[in-house]
Amino acid sequence: MSITAQQAATPPVSVTPVLEGRGLTKYFSVKHGRGLFAGTARLFAVDDVTIALAAGTVTALVGESGSGKTTVARMLAKIINPDGGEVRLDGKPVPHGRPRSYARQVQMVFQDPFASLNPIHRISYNLVRPLTIHHLGGDDVNEAVEELLRRVALEPPQQFTRKFPHELSGGQRQRVAIARALSVRPRVLLADEPVSMLDVSIRLGILNLLADLRDRDRLAILYVTHDIASARYLADTIVVMYAGQVVETAPSTRLTDYPAHPYTQLLLSAAPDPDRAEPPSLAGSGAPPSLITPPSGCRFHPRCPHAMAICSTTAPPSVTVGPGHASNCWLHVDSSRRVPDNPEVVAAKASSTSMRPSAAPPK
Amino acid sequence: MSEMSPSAPAPSTPSHSFTRQAEPVLEIRGLNVDYGFGTEAVHAVVDCDLVLRRGQVLGLAGESGSGKSTLSMAAIRLLRSPGVITGGEVLFHPRPVEGESSGATIDLLRADEAALRRVRWSEISVVFQSALNALNPVITIGAQFDDLLKVHRPHLSSAQRWDRGVELLEMVGMTGDRLRSYSHELSGGMRQRAMIAMALALEPQVMILDEPTTALDVVTQREILEELMGLRDRLGFAALFITHDLSLLVELADEIVVMYAGRLMERAPAASLFRAPRVPYTYGLLHCFPPMHGERKPMEGIPGSPPDLRALPSGCSFHPRCPWAMERCRKETPVLTRIDASGREAACWLHSDGATVPTELAVADPGDRGLSAATRRVAR
Ligand SMILES: Nc1ncnc2c1ncn2[C@@H]1O[C@H](COP(=O)(O)OP(=O)(O)OP(=O)(O)O)[C@@H](O)[C@H]1O
Ligand SMILES: Nc1ncnc2c1ncn2[C@@H]1O[C@H](COP(=O)(O)OP(=O)(O)OP(=O)(O)O)[C@@H](O)[C@H]1O
Ligand code: SF4
Ligand code: SF4
Ligand SMILES: [Mg+2]
Ligand SMILES: [Mg+2]
Repeated sequence: MSITAQQAATPPVSVTPVLEGRGLTKYFSVKHGRGLFAGTARLFAVDDVTIALAAGTVTALVGESGSGKTTVARMLAKIINPDGGEVRLDGKPVPHGRPRSYARQVQMVFQDPFASLNPIHRISYNLVRPLTIHHLGGDDVNEAVEELLRRVALEPPQQFTRKFPHELSGGQRQRVAIARALSVRPRVLLADEPVSMLDVSIRLGILNLLADLRDRDRLAILYVTHDIASARYLADTIVVMYAGQVVETAPSTRLTDYPAHPYTQLLLSAAPDPDRAEPPSLAGSGAPPSLITPPSGCRFHPRCPHAMAICSTTAPPSVTVGPGHASNCWLHVDSSRRVPDNPEVVAAKASSTSMRPSAAPPK
Repeated sequence: MSEMSPSAPAPSTPSHSFTRQAEPVLEIRGLNVDYGFGTEAVHAVVDCDLVLRRGQVLGLAGESGSGKSTLSMAAIRLLRSPGVITGGEVLFHPRPVEGESSGATIDLLRADEAALRRVRWSEISVVFQSALNALNPVITIGAQFDDLLKVHRPHLSSAQRWDRGVELLEMVGMTGDRLRSYSHELSGGMRQRAMIAMALALEPQVMILDEPTTALDVVTQREILEELMGLRDRLGFAALFITHDLSLLVELADEIVVMYAGRLMERAPAASLFRAPRVPYTYGLLHCFPPMHGERKPMEGIPGSPPDLRALPSGCSFHPRCPWAMERCRKETPVLTRIDASGREAACWLHSDGATVPTELAVADPGDRGLSAATRRVAR
């Protein structure tokens, strides 16, 4: 387990990420209003999200329900097409649609392991099938299947090949789903809430398996979760989403120890934490906004305890507040430069090095 | 039921040492529940004893399928078929009536429907995990309050019932105009709040909260829990709080009971359980929640998976997953017993004569100094 080793390492800076989403935007048409005023409206599920997945790292995507995490993962998998922005593999734009070679290299793991397993077939068939589709079987398919089961720690493998998905426990089923994703030797795993449906006592087993795949096979992994403690445990980098946008990105322990964005601070103040010395005082309140008519300016401003005049009119820039640490908040911008559409702010991404709003330069 | 002297503090005083001495309001004894009959029967709850004291928050923790909901639903006779209660008693001790030292204790398992109706909702209310199932979708929230109050508070006028509805919604952090809403017009968090308001409407002495916030986001969860705990301090009801999230329970409960495969494994004050677990399963479960602070260390969770109740391991059901399992564990089933002078209870052979308790399970009990959730609230 190299979780500790990974933590000490500084995030790779200039390496080309394996998979990258740039300015990803997705809207859905939804029914809106009632009676006379009924009609369709645009719901901005994801708005200008940029995210990079490097080989040998786990990137966690965290945020509340409806913040757009799954939609980002599905755009990266090319299961849905973005309405704006692009997906790049090895720095090159991926052509439209979902070419087979892309599907092989970028695999998705779902919350419900049943979703990716065929219930009427045995485990062996479930694992062989992707091999034949992608012509990867090799000489000995059975050996390949057993090797896959060993990789996800289902041992002895012979005990599992003849079983049906419903004969396995939830954790075993998720391991098979991961084995299936691994069967085509992908370089990227997009895991959407892979442990949320599992029992508490077996979640760490799956997270450790993902850590092993990162370390041993140098996979680039996206770990989508609403559980920030598990993100801190597993991930190298945490990306926080709010109402369809990225609000903060940082190396994971840095993000949880020194959250810069007020929304991240709110999330952390609310998370269960038995070690807390004092009762938590919630850093803000209220619920996420409508995505059909999102708040102007900073989308968090109606809930933000630090909101200023500019926050309700102008979206904040992304400000680098430390190594590998960016936060989209006006508090990190020197007060003299908190001007709507100030090109200087946008271009220079501000020079402030403050990390916490409380430590931001006085107005 | 009159151990409490007349000069004892009011039940709503949220003091840790007090809650441990407070008199019981709900006592579950030897409860057994099966699903199905005869040889097909699955024993979902086996010989469970629980004591909920006045004003106390008692946490019931356990993984999915361990029997938490079955236990609590059986206790108030809301169990659905094919669930059958095969033994035990559930004693409800009503608040003493003026002039009498104690109210008349009722065994809910033997009470008739009329008696149950008097107790359910007015004395013991329930908040389910999914408020969708519990709220009526075709009438407004206000109409549901109205129906409830009409039956149980017949002396209130229509206007008074409306005002009470507004008051209840405001108590849970909603605005009174929400009385005009249908449940589908509310967010998940608001629905759950409305459910809690409904459960509080008749000022019950006991609230059973079965995963009341599990489906919600952490921020909403925290807001609702803070409101609930504030209301508990103010109104003095006792709560049985059920969740699989032990880390949350440690912050919230005065006392915690850990359940595994239909049986109770350990019972202790929250801080003691967190700092000094005595049972391997509790120890393992506590190590399933990665910490939010400090150095990151590899953690292992618990090997194997929770058992299938239809094919339970012999002896201690936890033995195939237990790192300290002994020969005896495979043959004999341990029962929850007192293991020390402070009253800690565990169901584990490691605490019986002749066995050596591993150091991991012998950490000094922080006792009342362990900063329990209750004392923390008092300190506020
Ligand atoms: N196919 C769709 N049609 C309409 N709206 C959609 C569709 N898919 C997602 N949405 C909406 O887009 C927003 C983002 O959804 P998404 O599933 O990405 O969120 P999420 O962060 O994964 O949430 P969760 O934690 O609940 O899984 C939500 O408001 C959702 O209702
Ligand atoms: N209607 C039913 N028929 C047969 N078995 C049932 C039924 N309902 C529950 N069970 C079994 O009883 C056991 C206890 O279920 P219960 O719902 O009480 O668990 P729980 O601890 O509340 O779990 P969760 O955390 O998932 O809510 C489970 O193993 C379940 O399979
Ligand atoms: S930009 Fe303004 S409203 Fe948004 S998080 Fe920062 S301070 Fe709060
Ligand atoms: S009784 Fe035995 S198997 Fe069960 S928890 Fe104790 S040591 Fe482990
Ligand atoms: Mg999702
Ligand atoms: Mg349940």
